[in-house]
Amino acid sequence: MSDPHQPEIDVKYVAHLARMHLSDDEAEVFQEQLEHILEHVRQLSDLDVSGVEPTAHAVPVHNVFREDAVDASLPHEQAMDNAPQSRQGLFVVPRILE
Amino acid sequence: MAKFADHNETFSLAGLQQGTFSSVEWVTDLLQRIERSDKTINAYISTDGEWALEQAKAADQRRASGEAGPLCGAPIGVKDVLNVQGQPCHCASRILEGYTSPYDATAVSRLRDQGAVLLGRLNMDEFAMGSTNENSAFGAVRNPWNPDFVPGGSSGGSAAAVAAGSAWAALGTDTGGSIRQPASFCGRVGLKPSYGRVSRFGLTAFASSLDQIGPITQTVSDAATLLTALAGHDAKDSTSLKQAVPDYSSALKGDLRGMRLGLPKQYFIEGMDQEVEAAVRQATEQCRELGAELVEVSLPHTEYAIATYYIIATAEASANLARFDGVRYGAREAGSDPLDQYGKTRAAFFGPEVKRRIILGTYVLSSGYHDAYYLRAQQVRTLIRRDFEDAFKQCDALLTPVAPTTAYRIGERTADPIQMYLGDIFTVTANLAGICGLSVPCGFSSADLPIGLQILGPAFGEETILRVGHAYEQSTDWHVRRPPLWAGTAS
Amino acid sequence: MSDAFKVSIGLETHVQLDTRSKIWCGCANVFGSEPNTDVCPVCLGYPGTMPVLNREAVRLTVMAGLMLGCEINRYSKFDRKSYFYPDMPKNYQISQYDLPLCLGGGVEIMVDGQPKNIRLNRIHLEEDVAKNNHFEGFSGVDFNRAGTPLMEIVSEPDLSSAEEAFAYLQALKQMLVYGGISECNLEQGNMRCDINCSVRPAAQEQLGTKTEIKNMNTFKGVLRSLTYEIKRQIDVVSSGGRVVQETRRWDDEAGVTRSMRSKEDAHDYRYFPEPDLMPVVLSEQEIEGWRASLPEMPTTRRQRFVDEYGLPDYDAGVLVADKAVADFFEAVARDAGNPKAASNWMMTEMLRVLSADDLEIADIKVTPAALAVLIRLVDEKAINNTGAKEVFAELVANGGDPKAIVEAKGLAQVSDTGALNTWVEEAIAAHPNVVDDYRGGKRAALQFLMGQVMRASQGKANPPMVLQALRDKLDS
Ligand SMILES: [Zn+2]
Repeated sequence: MSDPHQPEIDVKYVAHLARMHLSDDEAEVFQEQLEHILEHVRQLSDLDVSGVEPTAHAVPVHNVFREDAVDASLPHEQAMDNAPQSRQGLFVVPRILE
Repeated sequence: MAKFADHNETFSLAGLQQGTFSSVEWVTDLLQRIERSDKTINAYISTDGEWALEQAKAADQRRASGEAGPLCGAPIGVKDVLNVQGQPCHCASRILEGYTSPYDATAVSRLRDQGAVLLGRLNMDEFAMGSTNENSAFGAVRNPWNPDFVPGGSSGGSAAAVAAGSAWAALGTDTGGSIRQPASFCGRVGLKPSYGRVSRFGLTAFASSLDQIGPITQTVSDAATLLTALAGHDAKDSTSLKQAVPDYSSALKGDLRGMRLGLPKQYFIEGMDQEVEAAVRQATEQCRELGAELVEVSLPHTEYAIATYYIIATAEASANLARFDGVRYGAREAGSDPLDQYGKTRAAFFGPEVKRRIILGTYVLSSGYHDAYYLRAQQVRTLIRRDFEDAFKQCDALLTPVAPTTAYRIGERTADPIQMYLGDIFTVTANLAGICGLSVPCGFSSADLPIGLQILGPAFGEETILRVGHAYEQSTDWHVRRPPLWAGTAS
Repeated sequence: MSDAFKVSIGLETHVQLDTRSKIWCGCANVFGSEPNTDVCPVCLGYPGTMPVLNREAVRLTVMAGLMLGCEINRYSKFDRKSYFYPDMPKNYQISQYDLPLCLGGGVEIMVDGQPKNIRLNRIHLEEDVAKNNHFEGFSGVDFNRAGTPLMEIVSEPDLSSAEEAFAYLQALKQMLVYGGISECNLEQGNMRCDINCSVRPAAQEQLGTKTEIKNMNTFKGVLRSLTYEIKRQIDVVSSGGRVVQETRRWDDEAGVTRSMRSKEDAHDYRYFPEPDLMPVVLSEQEIEGWRASLPEMPTTRRQRFVDEYGLPDYDAGVLVADKAVADFFEAVARDAGNPKAASNWMMTEMLRVLSADDLEIADIKVTPAALAVLIRLVDEKAINNTGAKEVFAELVANGGDPKAIVEAKGLAQVSDTGALNTWVEEAIAAHPNVVDDYRGGKRAALQFLMGQVMRASQGKANPPMVLQALRDKLDS
C-alpha cells in the first residue's frame, strides 16, 4: 500500500467506475470518510501474509453442478411486468450509440 | 381479544398446538398489535393482512386435518431482503420501488411448506448495510426498550418486531452480525447459522461469501425449531451444503457438564462498556455453575477482522449491487444514454451508506489496488479462519459479548462510519470464518437496555451452541422480560 | 501485402455450446424464440438469484480442449468480470480469469500446402450476454441469449495473413462441429470473434501496436476486414505514421474498419472469484474417460476412409470436410455394402444437388437408407443406371422409398429372356442391312441394334443381357 499520507482514492473516479453519479457535496463527504476508513484498513499491511492461501469460499466444497435439463421459463408478460419501460417485448434503454 | 390478555403466557406455539387459540385468532390479534406498536417502532415496511389471514385459515384447516408440523400457523415476519412471490422486496431501498418478486426464496418456501404464516415485510438497513437500522428508505426503526435508541441492524425490524411482540418470530440475515447484534440490542435470541447451512437462494445478496439467513426469536427453543425447518441443501444454491439436518430441538437438553467453553481474550477488551463486560462475565460464571469448564483461548487476528470484513464485504457488494440499473426492474431516472441513465438512477435511488460501500468495494477491487486490499484481505481471512480452527481444538464453543456496548442513541454514530463499523468487531469474525453464532439475552444496563451473550460454535456446530444457549437461558429470566413497548402498550 | 512487413493476428473466438439448457439456469438454449421468452429470474439477474453450473457446459469445453490438444486444468474456477452495459443482466459477467478449464493447445491449418500450427493460449467458459436491438430513438434488450454457455478460444498472435485467419476459423469450426461441441451456425451467432492485428517491419522482432476489431460474425467479414486493416496499418507505418492502439469496428457495407471513439474509457474489470459458484476439480480418471469418448477428428477419418473403404485420398478429403456429409456417406456405405458406389453417388450426384441448391445435407429429403437401397437395386441389376438416376432425382424432389418409385415409374429392368428375345429378333428383322454390316466386320453396328432394343424396351432391358442375346443370334 502506498504512502499513507497521500490521499490515494479518487472518489469521483471510483464512483464513475461503479456508474454512480456523485454531487460535489457527496464527493467531498465521501472523500473524507473513505480516506479515514482506508487509513484503518491499511493496518492489514502490518501482517505477514506471504504463502497464505486466500479464502474465497467459507466452505471447501467443489464440483456443484446441475444436469443439463430444461425447466420452465417465466411467462413473457411476467418477465416484462417489472420493467420500468418496455416496447415490442423488449426492455427499453436509451438508444445505444456504437 | 380476551384470551391474549396475558400475552406473556400465550406468546408461544404451545397455544396453537394445544388449541388454546387458532392461527386466525393469533394473526388477527398480531395485525392489531403491529398497527399499534409500529406507530412508534416502525418495524414493518408493509403487511398484507388479508393474505396473512388467508394463510392462517389454511393453516388452521391443515391443523384440524391432523397433518400439522410444529410451525403450522406460526406467524412470522420476513426481512425485506428476502423474496416472496407476489410481494415487493424493497431491501429498504428506493431503487427497488415497483418491484414485485416472481419467486419465493428457498428459506421462505420451506416455512410456507410447513404452514407458517407470513405477516409482512420487516424493516432493515438498506441492502442490509448498517448496524442501527437508520439507513432505511422507510425510516429508522426504534428500539422497543427505549424508542430513543436504535434496535441495531441490519435486521433491526426483525429484532424489534419480535421484542415488541408484533411477530412470533422473524427471519433476518447476518453478513457481519446483522442477526446477532440487533437480537442483542433488543433482548432477544438471534441465530446465525454456519455458512452453507441455510440456502441463500432468494436472499438479495449483500456479500455472497458471508451472508446467511437465520431466525430471531423469543427463545432458544424457537430458534431450534425454525432452524430445523430452514436448514438443508438446496439445488438452487451451490454454496448450501449436503449435510444432514438433525432435529435441533432434540439437542436442547441437559446442563453443561462435560463441556469446555472458551473465553477468547481478544473479546474482552479495554474500552468496552463496563456494564456489558460485567454482564457477560456473569453469564460465563453462570455457565460454569451449570457444569461447563471455562478455558481462556486466543484468537490473535481479531484486531484485523473489521478491516478484512469491510474490504471483502464491500468488494462483493459492489458487484452484487451492480444489477440495480433500472432496466429490468426497479426505479429509473432518465438519462441521455444507457450508462448516463445508470449513473443517474443509482445516484438518485441508493442511500448514502450503500453508495459509500459501493465506492469502497469498487476501489479495493480496482486495478492497482486489488492485491494490496482485496487479495490481502482474503489472506487475512484465512488467518482468522485458522484462529477459530485452533480455538475449537481446545473447546466446544466460545463465549463472548455480542457487541462492545448496548444499543446506541439514535443518530449517535451516523456521522462517523468507522466508529460504527468498529462496533461490529465481535460479530464479523464468525462470518469471515463461516462458523455459527447465537446471541442470547444476558442482562440489562443501568439504562435498562438489553445486553447479549454470544455463543460461537464451529462450522455446523449448531447443536452445541443451541444446547449451551438453552441451558443458560433456562437458568435465567432475561428472556421473559418484556419491553415497555411490548405489543404497543406504551404507544 | 508487402514482404517488407510482418503481420501478427490473434483471434478470440466465442463459441456457443450445444447444450439443451443455459449455463446457470434451466431456460432453453435455443435460437429464434420470441424476445424475452426464454428468460427466468436467474438469467434476468433478479435480486436473490444464484447461478448453478450446467455440467454439460463443462464437459463440452473440456472435450474441445482435448480435441485441440490443450492441457486441462485439474482445478478451475469462475470469476466475476465487472462492466456495465445493457446486455449484461448483472452488470458483471461470470467468466474465468486466472484458472480457465483449458490451457495451451493448437489448431493446424494448411499454408501453401504445408501444415502450420496456430498456438492457443487458453479456452475458458463464460456466459453469453443479451442482444441489443436498435430502433429510432431507443434500444431494446432481448435476454433470450443471456446465459447461453459460451466458450472463448484465445489464440496466440501466430496468424500472419487474413487468409490464415480464415483458414484457422474454418479448421476450428470443422473440429468443433465434429466434436458435437457446437453447431457453429454463423447465421445464428454460434461463433463470433474479436480480432487483434498488428504489423511491423520485417526486420523488427517486437510486435507492432495492435488494434482490435470487435464482434465479427462471418468468416468472410474476418477475411475482408483483416485485408483492409492490414493494408491500412501498413499504409500508416509506411508513410511514417504510428498505429494507434484502439478498438475498431468493421463497416461491412463500406468495407472499412472505423475507430470506436466510445471505447476511450479504459476498462477496469475488477475480477474476483465468483462466491456463488464452487471451483471445478477434475480427476485424471474423468478427463481420461472423456478423452476416450472423443469423436474421430477429420484428418483421422480421412485416412480411415482411404484404408477402410479404398477411397482415393482426394475423395476421402471431400467427404470428411463436412461431418454431416461424412456421416451420411458412412451410413450409406455400410447399409449398401458397397463403399465405392456410395462414394460415387456422394461425390457426383449428392454434392451436385447440395451445391446447386446451396443445401445442407440435413435439409435433403434423401435418407442414407434410401440411397443404400438404390445402390443395392443397381447392384442386383433390378434397375440400370439410367433408371437409378431417375429414382435419385425423385428422391431429391420428394423423398420416399426407392423400390416404390421403381414400381411407380415402371423402371424395373427387364431380364426376362423371353421378352428380350422378342425385341432382339424384331430388331434383327427390321434392319437386315445393319446385320450385314456387322457380319461384314463392322462391330459398331452392334451398338445400333442394341439401341433399338433398348428403345423398344423403353430403357428397361438389362443391357448386358441384350448384348449377349444379340451376339448369340448374330454370331451363330
Ligand atoms: Zn433463465
